[in-house]
Amino acid sequence: MNLNHSKRFIPFVKHRNKFFIFSAVFTLVGIILLFTVGLNLGIDFQSGSKVEVLAEDTLTEDQVAEDFSQAGSGYEPDEITLAGDNNEMAYASFVGTLSQEEIAEIQTYFNENYGQEPSVSTVSPQVGQELAQNALISVLIASVGIILYVTIRFEFWYGAASIVALLHDAFFIIVVFSIVQFEVNVPFIAAVLTIVGYSINDTIVTFDRIRENMSYEEEITSFDDLARVVDLSLNQTLVRSINTVLTVVFAAAAIFFLGGEAIRSFSFALLIGLVAGTYSSLFLASQLWLSWKWKSIQRGWNKPKEEDPEDLEPEV
Amino acid sequence: MVKKWRIVTFFVIVLALAGVISQTVMNTAKGINLGLDLQGGFEILYEVSPAEEGEELTDETMQATVSALNQRVNVLGVSEPNISIEGENRIRVQLAGVEDQQTARDLLATEADLSFRDVDDKERLSGDALEENGASVGFTRANEPIVTLSLKDPNEFGEVTENIISEYNQPNNRLVIWLDYEEGDSFSEEVQKEDPKYLSAPMVNQPLYERDIQIEGDFEIQEAEFLAEVLNSGSLPVEMEEIYSNAVGASLGEEAMDNTIFAGFIGIAMILAYMMVYYRFMGVIAAVTLSAYIYIVLLIFNWMEGVLTLPGIAALILGVGMAVDANIITYERVKEEIRSGKTILSAFKAGSRRSLSTILDANITTILAAGVLFYYGTSSVQGFAVMLIVSILTSFLTAVYGSRLLLGLWVSSRIFNKKPRVFGVKEKEIHES
Repeated sequence: MNLNHSKRFIPFVKHRNKFFIFSAVFTLVGIILLFTVGLNLGIDFQSGSKVEVLAEDTLTEDQVAEDFSQAGSGYEPDEITLAGDNNEMAYASFVGTLSQEEIAEIQTYFNENYGQEPSVSTVSPQVGQELAQNALISVLIASVGIILYVTIRFEFWYGAASIVALLHDAFFIIVVFSIVQFEVNVPFIAAVLTIVGYSINDTIVTFDRIRENMSYEEEITSFDDLARVVDLSLNQTLVRSINTVLTVVFAAAAIFFLGGEAIRSFSFALLIGLVAGTYSSLFLASQLWLSWKWKSIQRGWNKPKEEDPEDLEPEV
Repeated sequence: MVKKWRIVTFFVIVLALAGVISQTVMNTAKGINLGLDLQGGFEILYEVSPAEEGEELTDETMQATVSALNQRVNVLGVSEPNISIEGENRIRVQLAGVEDQQTARDLLATEADLSFRDVDDKERLSGDALEENGASVGFTRANEPIVTLSLKDPNEFGEVTENIISEYNQPNNRLVIWLDYEEGDSFSEEVQKEDPKYLSAPMVNQPLYERDIQIEGDFEIQEAEFLAEVLNSGSLPVEMEEIYSNAVGASLGEEAMDNTIFAGFIGIAMILAYMMVYYRFMGVIAAVTLSAYIYIVLLIFNWMEGVLTLPGIAALILGVGMAVDANIITYERVKEEIRSGKTILSAFKAGSRRSLSTILDANITTILAAGVLFYYGTSSVQGFAVMLIVSILTSFLTAVYGSRLLLGLWVSSRIFNKKPRVFGVKEKEIHES
């Protein structure tokens, strides 16, 4: 192994406090944002009204959206789904319950233009909420599983740090969505799960290199020894980290720009998450591991003296 | 000396692969069932009323009904239905990729309420007497399908049959088995019809003190399986009446699918181009194995009769990412070994070996998470997990072993000996040790 083939050697560890502060501030701002501004929840997670439009001929989504804006100001359906054998029906969902006057206004418009009075019903978000809850619980259980596996294969501190990175990445996407106020719907959950998967993969690959370089170390006697291993490992895996995230960004960006309006927020969540996932592996997970590992090494030096009675002679 | 036959083998494999893929990829892709969000399906709107009169519909009963329906839809082999509660007493069920709409309707709407009655329609034994999950499909000697049921208490059935014998003479000593008996149904009317509503009406000639009973009802095999599954998945806590059924369009919009596929192709093309520019010859190998990866994932998904939804596509993207990552990890490792002064052959061997444990740990951890998501997850979460597991296993196969095999053929042919530039390593970067 050689270190000098590349002149760029980035001292990650030196700047780690900046990363910690940045992440802590971001988390704090994120929590405040979620409690104040909150998320722009779509029809999947909020109760609302569903208007069933019946027409004589085939409908298109644009046409239905146009009709609603004609019917009165402020009618912007959250979601339009076409139905019927020839798409002669459309369901338009609105977040929030429509008032009697609004319903009357919509019904009058469609009655005049389509000759049919649309029926309006309320929709409950129970199913979407269940799904989100289920996803959250599953991820938490999976985190426990990951810690167990990583503890067996690596060591506990790697597992703990990778879970912090994973939760950080998922939280990061949620906060960014709170900032940009993009709509949160069921595909958003899929995007968050994807990033959770990516985050695990990315962190484990980095940790694997730290573990390997640790095995070459004879003995860790100072913080700098440990820091050197982390910096070396991060620099060795840096090209891989960048190339991998770039390729996945290609796929996500292609879908973001070309994939159509309906999944734009989905692919945006992917893009944000990929950036967060790479950031957390390089700047957060490894640095956390470094801090925790160093503390546990220090504890290890103090412990045997107190607990092992046979080992009472002072260590040289 | 260059061993040409290895290079020939490489081209044979790649050409064979290209041949198979180009011949069958269209059929494979078309054979995949797309979910409601991508292509639409059909929907049924039900009005729900309490099972017993006077009861009230609570949020909990509605929620329990949705879970029961979810379970039944699973029996149909449809994944990721969209079941939503509307208003106070309506449930909308949307199913994608269902070919037999009638079976789906029957399966969804049945209350799965089995009852044993006499010819005067008086209930002798209700579905409560059945053992949970005790229904299964069997065959008679004549190979006719039958449904076998287990009872909680054999004496109960014995008494019922004894009573029938003592109260009725031939030919009225029958025990009529009904599914979803409703007030107003009568045996005497139904028996005249060609397709009676009851399941069967066997004559009872002797008391039967038995735990397992069999229903012979001139079933088709599908009917028998359907009945057993419905009885096992449990009865609905409510009554449901179909208000209407309808075809529905893709919830992500009409053009979503075409656009996404187009975007996917562009994305993959960019990945392959990048890999070839950055990793030179190894990138070409990556392009071959990635193409094989995408094809194999589609093939497996097709075999599994899975339903592809947007979460599935998300998992597929992650899978592509991990497959590319496995390639990148290996190639970076090989380059590192070349730089450290090893020969191409030993750099390739050491690089492959060392990268394997990294890839293995990363993949196992992700599969573990996906397994948990599959086990604890519902609908979309589960669909995501299935696709992710398939993707990771396939990517491991193609990106690790496929890559190794193809690259190995070139490396061991010795054609690249002393040509590190082919692998993207400049001579001056090499440190002779």
